[in-house]
Amino acid sequence: MRVTSQAFRTRAAVALKNVELQRAMAKAKGGFVDKRRVAIEALPEFEQLRSVAREIKEHTLSHLDYYLERFESQVIASGGHVHWARTPAEACEIVVGICGGVGARSVTKGKSMVGEEIAINPALENAGLEVIETDLGEYIIQLAKEPPSHIIAPAVHKTRDQVTDLFQEHHSRYGYNQRVTEIPDIVNEARQVLRDAFLSADVGITGANFLVAETGSTIIVTNEGNGDLTNTLPAVHIVTASIEKVVPTLEDATAILRLLARSATGQEMSSYTTFSTGPRRSTDLDGPKEFHVVLVDNGRSQMLGNEFHEMLRCIRCGACLNHCPVYGAVGGHAYGWVYPGPMGSVLTPLMVGLEKANHLPNACTLNGRCEQVCPMSIPLPKMLRQLRVREFEQRLTPARMRWGLSIWTYLARRPHLYQPVMSILVRLLEILGRKRGRFRYLPFAHGWTKVRDMPAPQGQTFQRAWRQSGDGSRL
Amino acid sequence: MNNNAREQILSDIRRALNRTTSLHKSVSAALMARLAGHSVHVQPVVETDLVNRFIAKSKAVASTVVTVPSLMQVPEAVTQYLTTSSQKLEVVMAPDPLLDDIDWPTSMKIERRQAGRQDVVSITGVFAAIAETGTLVLLSGAHSPTTLNFLPDIHIAIVRRQQIITHIEDVWRQIRSELEGMPRTVNLITGPSRTADIEQTIQLGAHGPRSQHVIVVDAE
Ligand code: SF4
Repeated sequence: MRVTSQAFRTRAAVALKNVELQRAMAKAKGGFVDKRRVAIEALPEFEQLRSVAREIKEHTLSHLDYYLERFESQVIASGGHVHWARTPAEACEIVVGICGGVGARSVTKGKSMVGEEIAINPALENAGLEVIETDLGEYIIQLAKEPPSHIIAPAVHKTRDQVTDLFQEHHSRYGYNQRVTEIPDIVNEARQVLRDAFLSADVGITGANFLVAETGSTIIVTNEGNGDLTNTLPAVHIVTASIEKVVPTLEDATAILRLLARSATGQEMSSYTTFSTGPRRSTDLDGPKEFHVVLVDNGRSQMLGNEFHEMLRCIRCGACLNHCPVYGAVGGHAYGWVYPGPMGSVLTPLMVGLEKANHLPNACTLNGRCEQVCPMSIPLPKMLRQLRVREFEQRLTPARMRWGLSIWTYLARRPHLYQPVMSILVRLLEILGRKRGRFRYLPFAHGWTKVRDMPAPQGQTFQRAWRQSGDGSRL
Repeated sequence: MNNNAREQILSDIRRALNRTTSLHKSVSAALMARLAGHSVHVQPVVETDLVNRFIAKSKAVASTVVTVPSLMQVPEAVTQYLTTSSQKLEVVMAPDPLLDDIDWPTSMKIERRQAGRQDVVSITGVFAAIAETGTLVLLSGAHSPTTLNFLPDIHIAIVRRQQIITHIEDVWRQIRSELEGMPRTVNLITGPSRTADIEQTIQLGAHGPRSQHVIVVDAE
């Protein structure tokens, strides 16, 4: 997928004025947040589980090579295949190769963020395969030719009317000519249309929420059942999973599962939690004959050794998106790549390069809610600050801001200069602003004064007031 | 297989972890012990009346539940359920020997196999049922094809009282003691299929069963 994160500012401005998007986001707002809160209040062990989950992941990450090798040998022992891919290109090549090897013509897909990350759909389509997304949200955006705007609700930016239009446009060729406007009818039409796809696909591709080293199992967590039809009906099941998804045992996976659905949708368990281990056994009556796991690195082994390694604990629950005021205002597309919101603002620069996404770490008010709700206790605000530092160091910050910061740094390091300069500035602003008591416009502070006035200072600096008050009690 | 990629990823990981060689013996022994220990982490408190907890949790996720006193009453419960939901008495049933003991009425058309496109109603047993979350556990195998759990519109699961276990982890313990390794598929099913992809409104019956019906057999 093309990275358009550099256009964050313009896209965000457009998003704020997009009536349909704002209507869709307004509907979504609160739903996730309230459901999550209720679910977590009902589980007194939640905080304890949070620290357990963090421990499990940290333990696994610090022995990641061991657990990946163990996972691999268990998949092989159960009759499956494991492939390793350093880059999205390698991953696509592997998947296309497997499909080619079995003479596949059509592929059904369960929702997979790694699939989006490696852009598997265009790769398969270029190889002449028909690719059908089967998660309803993914299916909708596939019809609309758009990327997902949320990691668990990919079509959250679409209103019902827009879905109605899309279905009318695309389903008439299957003989569905009636305009469906009610949600049950819309869902039912998708169910009927996708049935044939499920039953005729040659290959099914899913992601994985977890990989279990102990057993070589891959786990998917879904509500619709599309992932299960995808991994049961076609003759070949391919799992694309990133390397940090591995956990040691089934018990470890279970502990984190207790956090996942609650944090994501406010459910105790999603409708379907499915463990796939190897291909169908000789006595099985159904299931795929081939089972492949493609392990994707794509920059993760680098993150493991640097200050962003905690990001590898992420279980893609979406809670940080749902609680982010910036995400809530501009939606997911403004972020310009696969992962939006706070987790995306950390991951995107790390995966596609900071120079292509240096606005994202700044699209944050540092209010800290994302970290508070993150089930894996990932310090997202700290990482966003670290990325801002990198941005500055790599001279990606706009020149004017760099100068401003340099001047301020110079002064702030020299108190004997800082104080007189500040008193003069404050004095000046006080005189200029005396009449109104506020500024409607200030040079260099247009971003502030465009939407609100800047109160005029009252003539004296904080430090002077502090000194005069003696102990600060009369401030 | 691209061995280069494998070796490079593993060596990049080792470098990131400040290790050049493979693990020290004592470390790998500890990791092996951790894997073999299967230690259980924090679990939610589950009251001792497992049957009622399972039923309440199942209903909370939009499954329908009836209780019958013994296996003998299962056909009647199935007939009644299908009649009230205006369905024909036509089912595809798991070739599970435990369902053989049931005396199905001749009026019911039964086929024992995996599910296909046209099947509307499936009946299966379960491997276990979890009281913690109201979850059904089904394992793929000759007696329990996975398509039965997902393709038909209605899935009827028959749960015997003694199959109800407390926590999710009890499934793993049971699999380890009763089977040789994991089956191809372990399904943890908690309610019927649903989606909230359109305007965040929950709609049942996305791609899997529209209805999840559970018959609890209360006999010891
Ligand atoms: S960063 Fe935390 S809250 Fe955000 S998706 Fe990942 S696990 Fe969930």
